[in-house]
Amino acid sequence: MRFNKAIKNLFIVLFSTLLISACSTAKKSVDTVDDVYTGTETVKYLAKGVPDRVFFATNKSKLTTASRDTLRKQATWMRKNKNVTVTIEGHADERGTREYNLALGERRANAAKDYLMTYGVSGKRIAVISYGKERPVNPANSPLAWSQNRRSVTVKAN
Amino acid sequence: MKKILLILSLFLFSYKNAYGLITVDITRGNLDPLPIAVSPLHVDPKSEKLSIFETVKLGGEISKIVERNFKSTGLFNPLKKDAFVQKPDIAHLKPRFEDWRLIKAQALVTGKILIKDKKLKVEFRLWDLTAAKEMVALSFTTTPNNWRRVAHIISDKIYERLTGESGYFDTRIAYVSETGPKNQRIKKLAIMDQDGFNTKYLTLGNELVLTPRFNPTNQLVTYLSYFKNMPRVYLLDIETGIQEVVGAFPGMTFAPRFSPDGKKIIMSFAKDGNSDIYSMDLENRVVEQITKHPSIDTSPSYSPDGKYITFNSDRSGLQQIYVMRSDGTQVKRITHGAGLYGTPVWSPRGDLIAFTKVRKGRFYIGVMRSDGSGERLLTENFYQEAPSWSPNGRVLIFYRETKSDSKGKGFSAKLWSIDITGYNERRLKTETDASDPSWSSLLSK
Repeated sequence: MRFNKAIKNLFIVLFSTLLISACSTAKKSVDTVDDVYTGTETVKYLAKGVPDRVFFATNKSKLTTASRDTLRKQATWMRKNKNVTVTIEGHADERGTREYNLALGERRANAAKDYLMTYGVSGKRIAVISYGKERPVNPANSPLAWSQNRRSVTVKAN
Repeated sequence: MKKILLILSLFLFSYKNAYGLITVDITRGNLDPLPIAVSPLHVDPKSEKLSIFETVKLGGEISKIVERNFKSTGLFNPLKKDAFVQKPDIAHLKPRFEDWRLIKAQALVTGKILIKDKKLKVEFRLWDLTAAKEMVALSFTTTPNNWRRVAHIISDKIYERLTGESGYFDTRIAYVSETGPKNQRIKKLAIMDQDGFNTKYLTLGNELVLTPRFNPTNQLVTYLSYFKNMPRVYLLDIETGIQEVVGAFPGMTFAPRFSPDGKKIIMSFAKDGNSDIYSMDLENRVVEQITKHPSIDTSPSYSPDGKYITFNSDRSGLQQIYVMRSDGTQVKRITHGAGLYGTPVWSPRGDLIAFTKVRKGRFYIGVMRSDGSGERLLTENFYQEAPSWSPNGRVLIFYRETKSDSKGKGFSAKLWSIDITGYNERRLKTETDASDPSWSSLLSK
């Protein structure tokens, strides 16, 4: 009985260390997938379960599966809240020339806008603005920070 | 191979400019800077007193500015004044050449100033000490407030005489002054003399401003402002402070630049995720769409004759540099090397295009011929971009950012310049952090 308990305790300890190490390695590997940030550290919420932002790969404006999922949630929320208008802010990381990044931010914001529109939100309710690389959310010089900065953020405008 | 080419062009150059008198070759680096003595300008004791400075010190101050200008070129070696052998007034009349040669000077600048009727009268001479000859003698009159410009004009005249090229000292630099933490940067339009003095702030920092560019023919600046959170291209008169939006576009306009004759602004207009290049005639306000392509087309710059435009586009999938006729026809990609290419700017001489290149996470400033051949990378760093030409097409100014730590600390943005020879890289002093420099034309021609 006693022996059994000891074994059990050991097992729990072993299992939890395993879990912790699994978590820490998992955390690193899931922060970015194919150059796109997948974490939640910088994410805010427009409403419960409705993330405000989607992330992009370097120099790209293509929406990932996860991004489309987020935007569908935003669209559902906007269809429910018919008076809400939003501004989508497009951003780039700091590893590109300033003017190209302004254009890239605009392209990213519009990619998000187009997706919201295909899910039934009127374009009249969506303004876009590009900040290029002028408003990083994470000021560090690291691939993680850059991936968090490559984003478009839907902001309630009214 | 590069070296051979350099030496070859050096021979061609000195052949063309065989004055017999001393010349300074600016087509190679600072291998052998010319030893030059800049005597303090003699202040005529009959000069009126002025409130803005001590008149007696003025001659020395002007000569110091001239020396600093010369030193900044890397082509001249201004000699220490404590070795000078003749008083300024006597040297200005006629130097004892053999005495100046003893301190190893090859050229000597002398001058004299007089303040009378609230005017500053300046006279200066350049002497070739080896040939024992006067090379330049000029005089001019201005208001005493312009005393720093006096030094720059003297520097330009002497530079022109010794190099055979026009100078770039009586010029200003428009840039964006940056303060505050990296994720909440406050940016203001600023302008200063080429040597970092007389800084003036043209906006208050209430809204984000970017990419000021000088009109090559007057004192207008075009730039991007986020006034009322609507990013648009603006036009600003530095003298009057009057500004206006350029064109009535229903979306973001950005990346503005003047045509060489100063009559048009070329820029990008972004709509529905697509940026194309447009121009607007400043006289009749006619807007013309120049590129029509679903990719990003931006950072346009005219050739000096106005017949061509270079720009960057990601139509190939990656950011590359293109050249087209100024009506938008005959688009041709000119960069094919590994890496990304952006911010092309046509040299005022027409021969070269300066650019930013990104490769393997490093940033380069380089130059190439307008067909994309002869690429030369001048400087490599963690982050740098946005070259702007000196009016004589010999020097590039750009900005460079330093790496910050995990909290964003240690970040800085500074202005740097480098000769197109790849030599003489130096940081320009600015009161605050700075980016997006634009070099003016010569103020006095």
